[in-house]
Amino acid sequence: MAFLEIDGLKKRFGNVEILKGIDVELEKGGFLVLVGPSGCGKSTLLNTIAGLEQITEGEIRVEGRAINDLHPSKRDIAMVFQSYALYPNMTVAGNISFGMEMRGVPADERQKAIDKVAKVLQIGHLLQRKPSQLSGGQRQRVAMGRALVRDPKLFLFDEPLSNLDAKLRVDMRIEIKRLHATTGTTIVYVTHDQIEAMTLATKIAVMRDGEVQQFGTPAEIYNNPTNLFVADFMGSPAMNLIPATIATSGNALSVVLQREAREPITLPMANAPTGLSAFQGKPIIFGVRPEALTDPEGAERNASNIATADLHIEVVEPAGSDTFAVTNLGGKPVVARLRADANIQPGTSTPLAFNLTKAVFFDPATENRIR
Amino acid sequence: MSAVATPARQASSGMSTKTLNRIVIYGLLALFALFYLMPLFVMLVTSFKTMDEIQNGNMLALPKAPTFDPWLKAWGETCVGLTCAGIKGYFWNSIKMVVPAVLISTMLGALNGYVLTKWRFRGATLVFGLMLFACFIPFQSVLLPMATILGSVGRFGVTLQNSVGTSFGLGNSTVNLVFVHVVYGIGFTTLFFRNYYEAFPTELIKAAQVDGASFFQIFRRIMLPNSMPIFVVTVIYQFTNIWNDFLFASAYAGTGDAMPMTVALNNVVNTSTGVVEYNVNMAAAMIAALPTLIVYVVAGRYFVRGLMAGAVKG
Repeated sequence: MAFLEIDGLKKRFGNVEILKGIDVELEKGGFLVLVGPSGCGKSTLLNTIAGLEQITEGEIRVEGRAINDLHPSKRDIAMVFQSYALYPNMTVAGNISFGMEMRGVPADERQKAIDKVAKVLQIGHLLQRKPSQLSGGQRQRVAMGRALVRDPKLFLFDEPLSNLDAKLRVDMRIEIKRLHATTGTTIVYVTHDQIEAMTLATKIAVMRDGEVQQFGTPAEIYNNPTNLFVADFMGSPAMNLIPATIATSGNALSVVLQREAREPITLPMANAPTGLSAFQGKPIIFGVRPEALTDPEGAERNASNIATADLHIEVVEPAGSDTFAVTNLGGKPVVARLRADANIQPGTSTPLAFNLTKAVFFDPATENRIR
Repeated sequence: MSAVATPARQASSGMSTKTLNRIVIYGLLALFALFYLMPLFVMLVTSFKTMDEIQNGNMLALPKAPTFDPWLKAWGETCVGLTCAGIKGYFWNSIKMVVPAVLISTMLGALNGYVLTKWRFRGATLVFGLMLFACFIPFQSVLLPMATILGSVGRFGVTLQNSVGTSFGLGNSTVNLVFVHVVYGIGFTTLFFRNYYEAFPTELIKAAQVDGASFFQIFRRIMLPNSMPIFVVTVIYQFTNIWNDFLFASAYAGTGDAMPMTVALNNVVNTSTGVVEYNVNMAAAMIAALPTLIVYVVAGRYFVRGLMAGAVKG
């Protein structure tokens, strides 16, 4: 039995179904990230766990106990909001202890708890300030302090980093990860940022239009996307999704990619997924991540299936740590990720290596993975 | 205005037309200010003059020998109808009516605004629309129905008085006026607070719910402490309206002990005891106007800020 179980959860507003049957579960001490584009229902799902929205159908259980009919304050949860939602009229200390005050905790115990949390988050010097006197990062800490002080069974984070600037966001991301590692709490975290999802999660639920598209570990989501949407959404730069056709040469399958003004590339597939044979002569979507398309010297040494092809480089983007080269295959721009010092010129034809062990295939009609 | 450097020749040619514009604008503003301040000025100087000076001198002239006597007379001796004890009693009548009416209507408006924005129920928009409608009902049209209602309430008060020994204030003219003004004020106060709370971050309410605060705890600890600007606006608006109200005051408390300031002032001016004491009348009018002036001066800077609240993201 998992720690948090969400079972067939549906949420309707009038006739509009916002959540269409969500099944997710999380082990104790796990870090579940709900990720998806805006309007996919991830925040609504989090609000139903918090009890701020009622559910229409299904059940939410924590440690086997159904909590979906309990008041938010009775669910033993704490929540960090996108806008931090610090009470502007109270000091930092007042903000942190408000929940305890509402539960009738005596003043000296509240003070002890405040001091403890202030020490963990290093906000001791801010306790007497008002939220308006704090910087974005400090507000974020206070918001986390308010959640931490409850010592709840479950932490809920609603896009907590989206209001911070890029550098602070990375710092706070590490901070949250450290907090999770040291306190061992169970966290459900909503974000639209797939990098946050990848770096923080032990489990990711990729959502779209009120449905979970894929639920699994970050590695599963990244390496084995179940459909085009997940493949496209996770990863930055995004996976190259190239229209291609399947051809047979002898008894081996190969992928044919169209090039501009030149003969198509044919990549032999030694270990093609079994489902692919049904697509002979038919169009498919060939998915390859930028890091699986690289200069031959930089290609992974122990990959079993590497095919090299000459590609016309249109744009080169040196990003410092890597160099990205853009070419065109199947009528779409395709990004290759090369070593930083790779010698590559735009406008030239350069051999690039496809790591075909990492390649994935999708049916353009159903958008599902071909396995 | 800005620190952007402009080429010198543009600045010099632009300068003269700019100055001219300024002169015209400020000139017009000063003219209108003068126009609006004139009656106040006449009132003020007249209230400090003796009757001789008023009858023989210029209306706009400053008093030659300023005297507080008209003010003292207006406050303590002048005749309102047949009683000659000044307007002080009526001043307190007004205070006794205005303070509860303002506080009750403001609190109810705040509560309504809170419910209409943060605890939306089916039909909330309709309810708000109907309350808004209350703002547009002309006062005259409710005079008679309201008189009937107040009459029945008064009779019920008498029944209570006879059976229980106390009428709980039912039928009392001051209570009646408070009731009328609260009922009439709710439309406006609800409008003010609803619009203010509409822009109030809902996440704060959610956070307080997770923290375990109840409906009224959220209202008292989270909403009210963060409503200062709109609170001030509502108080000023309600205070001015209720203090200055003449129609309801004369209709429901036009005679008797509960008569508010506005009706009393009218009676002062209409009472003829031979010569018309303009200085006393002016002083009485000034006294009647002072509370609203004081409220504006004390809380005025919040007024504009509050009216603008929600217009721009703060």
